Amino acid sequence: METQLVLDKWPGVISTVVIGAKKEESGSRSNIVTIGGQSSLPLLFKEGAIPNKPRVAFEVWDIVPQDWHNELLSAYGEEINDPLGWAQKCVNEFKAEILYVRMQGAHPDFGDRSPEDSAKFISTLLDKVKVPLIITGSGDNTKDNLVMPLVSEAAKNERCIIGSAVQDNYKTIVASVLADGHSIIAESPIDINIAKQLNILISDMGLPLERIVMDPTIGALGYGLEYAYSIMERARLAALSGDKTLASPFICFVGQEAWRAKEAKGSIEQGIMWETITASSFIQSGADLLVMRHPKAIEKVSNFIETLFRG
Amino acid sequence: MALSGLDIYKLLPKTNCRECGLATCLAFAMQLAKKAVAIEKCPFISAESKMILETQALPPIKPVVLGNENLKFEIGNETVMFRHEEKFRNPTGIGFIIDDSLSDSQIKERLDKINELKFERVGQLLEVNLVSLKQNKDAKRYLEAVKLVLNSTVLPVILMSDDLDALKQAAEIAKERKPLLYCATKDNFTQIGAIAKEFQLPLVVKAEDFDSLTKLTKELSSIGVSNLILDTGIKSATEKIWDLTQSRRQALRKLNRALGYPCLTIVDKEDPYEEAMEAAAYIAKYSAVVLIKGIQAWEILSILTLRQNIYTDPQKPLQIESKLYPIGSVNQSSPVLITTNFSLSYFTVLGEVEASKVPSYILSVDTQGMSVLTAWAAEKFNAECITKSLDEHGVKNTINHKNLIIPGYVAVISGDLAEQSGFEIIVGPKEAAGIPAFLKNLN
Repeated sequence: METQLVLDKWPGVISTVVIGAKKEESGSRSNIVTIGGQSSLPLLFKEGAIPNKPRVAFEVWDIVPQDWHNELLSAYGEEINDPLGWAQKCVNEFKAEILYVRMQGAHPDFGDRSPEDSAKFISTLLDKVKVPLIITGSGDNTKDNLVMPLVSEAAKNERCIIGSAVQDNYKTIVASVLADGHSIIAESPIDINIAKQLNILISDMGLPLERIVMDPTIGALGYGLEYAYSIMERARLAALSGDKTLASPFICFVGQEAWRAKEAKGSIEQGIMWETITASSFIQSGADLLVMRHPKAIEKVSNFIETLFRG
Repeated sequence: MALSGLDIYKLLPKTNCRECGLATCLAFAMQLAKKAVAIEKCPFISAESKMILETQALPPIKPVVLGNENLKFEIGNETVMFRHEEKFRNPTGIGFIIDDSLSDSQIKERLDKINELKFERVGQLLEVNLVSLKQNKDAKRYLEAVKLVLNSTVLPVILMSDDLDALKQAAEIAKERKPLLYCATKDNFTQIGAIAKEFQLPLVVKAEDFDSLTKLTKELSSIGVSNLILDTGIKSATEKIWDLTQSRRQALRKLNRALGYPCLTIVDKEDPYEEAMEAAAYIAKYSAVVLIKGIQAWEILSILTLRQNIYTDPQKPLQIESKLYPIGSVNQSSPVLITTNFSLSYFTVLGEVEASKVPSYILSVDTQGMSVLTAWAAEKFNAECITKSLDEHGVKNTINHKNLIIPGYVAVISGDLAEQSGFEIIVGPKEAAGIPAFLKNLN
């Protein structure tokens, strides 16, 4: 007697997105990172190809972070006071393979740095570190529309991921990303229909679906994690069933959410655990890029990913 | 894969005798398919057909109860692969493995800590569920340890032993507590099945592959031991996720009765982060029981919170009664903060108001469990709804001032709300974390 396994074969495949460009592609990155490309639900290796692992990006800011937990700041030591030094420490000491840079300093309430100075920061950063970059604005739409085109241009041909396009503010950033050879973050408010709609709007502007990653807007462990978790599962099922407009890899901003949780402000172990479990749980629902803050949480999650992909 | 009306019709006598009260056997079959009538209404159905239909009506994953009348919980009885399809029903039981090679005082100390692992989050009590005692020493030591465990915790217990004589004596000692026996294998299933049967206990069945598991569950259920839990043994996390997924699919999509039981997994990791990530993976991916070793509160809170998230009903966000809640020793001049009746919003605000030590009122507006921004977008947290709620809960008569504090994220409603409610609007912080500083600097 043989148990007949229930095997699902899917017609769809998730887009493959490459981050970073090396010298031969007119970029200056020393490594590139590839995400997506799977034709199976997370970790079900027997049912379809899963060519790329989920990857973790270190979060850095262009200014000294002002509302970060002390324990989090102290994990980076002195270097946290110099954004460029902080970024270098992530790469040199913590072996970051991707950096996420938030242009927080451009925010009207956080220094209101000019678009030109913001662009200069990115140019310098590209000289100092050689890993691929994910760059977003500060979240102030009006200012981001002035800053991000210059930032994008400063990183031209480096094949960054630039964000974030939202439903009522995507045209400026899509145009820049298109012109400068980057990919884009399409951010939707825990809503699968808006996620799909936004992907369509962006691709209608001429940016191929293969240059989009989706940000489903996650909540931290205990703070609505399950909403994005299920939106991601639904989107992934639709994508694997053949809906190309939802077949983009997911980026999850784990660090910023996890460290807002009240529990994360208890003991340092509790904080690291909160970020760790938030991240590892989203691997189960299909996260491809996890943006994180604490080096120890990043180390734990990266090792877990290695273990999972050893089979 | 439920039987259709026509499938059921084939199993009926097809005499149209009308004894069941319906005009034809086909009509009766259609009602049976809808579960609108009981099979007993047909006096002439064959015993064989009746058994097929009764089996068919059973839940695809058998519900198994762990513990006794005093403290018990149900596992299994799940109906979907993904929580958005309906919901996950019976939250994963979290248990702790304790080894009998520890000294009495070490065991007692661990149990004391385990008993303390209770957390309140968003109005729910999060608790751990099981203690599993593993035999490593001789039978005499095991039985001593069993007694110690029974006396030191009220949690349901698992007896883990390869020594069937010791296990039988332990089952006898613990029988009132309805312990779960671990475990039946191809070598011992007859004897351990007899123990489970004698004391009416649930039993874990362990084999590496589904064919062997199938064989074992069939053998055991044929001797009347049917409260079973499946374990595919120690494997990598990836292999466990595959096994758990496959066994859920066998039960739900093939109605495979031999594998239609809840699953148990054991995490064998020393590092608390590695242990918690693996446990969290098994909670998300269908494990009905997860056994771990770590007992530190900061690890367990994370695991229990993940369980709470995954097992929340997606159709019914956790919500609280819409009400004007007095926090601390309030008086007529206390500030009033407005939020939604989404549990997470309310309890987050509550925690910060309590931390501020400024006695305040919180008005939770009925947004049908939506959070601040979602409710605002859905027009359930606009000037009109808030004004209605202010009237309903008599806010005007409760306080002697005219100030309302609204969440920073909905600052845009200030004008409308002031106009409609007659209150003066103060825009509060965007994040609840800003509330203590905000309240202290009020006036």
